[in-house]
Amino acid sequence: MINRECGNFKRTYQSDMALFPVPLQLYTIIAIVLIFYIIFPLLANEYLLTLGCLIGIACLGAIGLNILTGFTGQISIGHAAFMMVGAYTAAILNTRYGVGFVLCLPAAGIMSALVGSFFGIPSLRIKGLYLAISTLAAQFILEWTVNHWKWISGGAFSSIYTKKPDIFGWIPAAALAEAESMLRYKYYIIVILLGLGVIFALNLFRSSVGRAFIAIRDNDVSAEIIGINIFRYKLTSFAVSSFYAGIAGALYCFFYETANYEGYTIIISIDYLAMVIIGGLGSVLGAIYGAIFIQLLPILLDIFGSWIGNTFFGGAATEFLNQLKTFTFGALIIFFLVVEPEGLNRLWRNTKDYFRVWPFSY
Amino acid sequence: MTEWFAENIHFIMELLVEGLLIGMLYALIALGFVLIYKASDAINFAQGELVMFAGYIVVACINSLKVNLFVGILIGLAAMVVFGLVVERGMLRPLIGRPVVSIIMATIGLAYVLRGLSPMIWGYPTLEMKLPIRGMPWEVAGILVMPIYVVACGVSLLLLAAFGYFFLKSRSGIAMRAVADDQQTALAMGINVQHFFAVAWAMAGVVAVVGGVIWGNLLGVDNMLALVGLKVFPVVILGGLDSVPGVVIGGLIVGAVESLAAGYLDPLVGGGTKDFAPYVLMILFLMFKPYGLFGQEIIERV
Repeated sequence: MINRECGNFKRTYQSDMALFPVPLQLYTIIAIVLIFYIIFPLLANEYLLTLGCLIGIACLGAIGLNILTGFTGQISIGHAAFMMVGAYTAAILNTRYGVGFVLCLPAAGIMSALVGSFFGIPSLRIKGLYLAISTLAAQFILEWTVNHWKWISGGAFSSIYTKKPDIFGWIPAAALAEAESMLRYKYYIIVILLGLGVIFALNLFRSSVGRAFIAIRDNDVSAEIIGINIFRYKLTSFAVSSFYAGIAGALYCFFYETANYEGYTIIISIDYLAMVIIGGLGSVLGAIYGAIFIQLLPILLDIFGSWIGNTFFGGAATEFLNQLKTFTFGALIIFFLVVEPEGLNRLWRNTKDYFRVWPFSY
Repeated sequence: MTEWFAENIHFIMELLVEGLLIGMLYALIALGFVLIYKASDAINFAQGELVMFAGYIVVACINSLKVNLFVGILIGLAAMVVFGLVVERGMLRPLIGRPVVSIIMATIGLAYVLRGLSPMIWGYPTLEMKLPIRGMPWEVAGILVMPIYVVACGVSLLLLAAFGYFFLKSRSGIAMRAVADDQQTALAMGINVQHFFAVAWAMAGVVAVVGGVIWGNLLGVDNMLALVGLKVFPVVILGGLDSVPGVVIGGLIVGAVESLAAGYLDPLVGGGTKDFAPYVLMILFLMFKPYGLFGQEIIERV
């Protein structure tokens, strides 16, 4: 990730296909694992842990959307709705049928995958703009259904309060005793699942299924001519993407121990779309960069905005700050699209390219 | 069945009339969307926000410059035309040739910008758009009709007819259709494609002003006004994305369906069908007749 890619001559097929062509790559990964799996959770306070959890969940959701939008080229403005399906599936199983957290997660993923593939069916006849509008319809229809079907939403305010996430009935004793340990425990669950999600996504695009996705994105007609079953792979892509969304949604619901449709509105769908576009379409790492960026943006704006508020308005101007956030969010999306369409991932690659032969550029 | 129908005919008629009138107002907003799509194949997810922005400008002119409504609308028209040109130049032109998702996302970004910017400039409370139209409803054959709806309907029809004529008969309109049909051929025929993209955005700005004045009068001018834009999608999908007459038919159908759904389904399921029914209709259309009633069918196996 951070190594300079020069002077790296490959002499054998093995070295060409190696997972880590340079030892430094392996060390980088070990360092990242060390930092985010051991050092960060031990040092972080409650605030940072909460932030870490939310970013982790967002990363998982963004990777899912990037599989669909970035790699398969199918636009979805209903990603949050698929997350909602996962969240409510998990919550209902957990509270009404006493299913444990560990089994709730795959169930949520599968349910989302089914619903996602159903709403992916129009993608077989339509594409581009039409697909965008049809997923928008999916968002509204799912949101309305969850909100109005009493059996799903459980009545007042459409909230379901879940139990604490257990691993086959086991919850660390410290986590039950103290709020911070509980957060740390949840952080571990999220980070481990995120790790699995990243590994799966990276490997997916080394496999034939992933390559079929990319072929469909690049040119669907050519893909069909070389024998890719478009019907199957488009639906697979919807299913995989929604599976990620379902897991992310279920994690989000267990993180707050509440399933509420307000966490999965159209605005969240657009947030996820912004994540993959700002991060970089068609890149797993890009989705992670984007998720981190979009999650941190409101916090940075808060800090910056309260500074402006204190300096120019002599105190808190919360309404103004909210509008400023909305404005900056939109402006950033436009800025990235116009100036750097391939997103943060590309910026990072450009930086690396600059240092490739540095300091002897000529 | 006939008995039930006889009992309910009055209620149904009331719902239908209201729905159809509102449908015409949806058509007005959807028109701006179709204009842009027709000319540049760009999808404008910020149509509702454009309407809101235009409404804010007109109200702000009337309130702070103390001009009358007519001058306010003129200023609004000028401002929105300039704004449309700026958006086209600064945002859409660099995106020519990029994938659809980029353009969709850019207009969503524009929507966020407008939604954040307007209250920052003009404040948060709902502003009132006063029109010199009587507030009391008329009674026509036992059905109550608000005068504002009728006036708005007339204005919408006038605008739709004007744009329909423009596209069918005028030189620029034909050029715009050529651009929409095939950009490269249009270029080869000596049509200045980028010029017509700009014209389309300027026209969308004009339509937004009319929409902003009428809808602003109905709902009040604030951030919620932009939500009207969400009704655009069912309307344009039903009518066909690139069809001006389709907008009218789509608007009428959506208006009638949502009004009937609100009248009959709301008591059963506890509200909210108004926003939901048009989308169900739309997804059915997308599955079975994706190019709408009047849209140009692009036969393509995917």
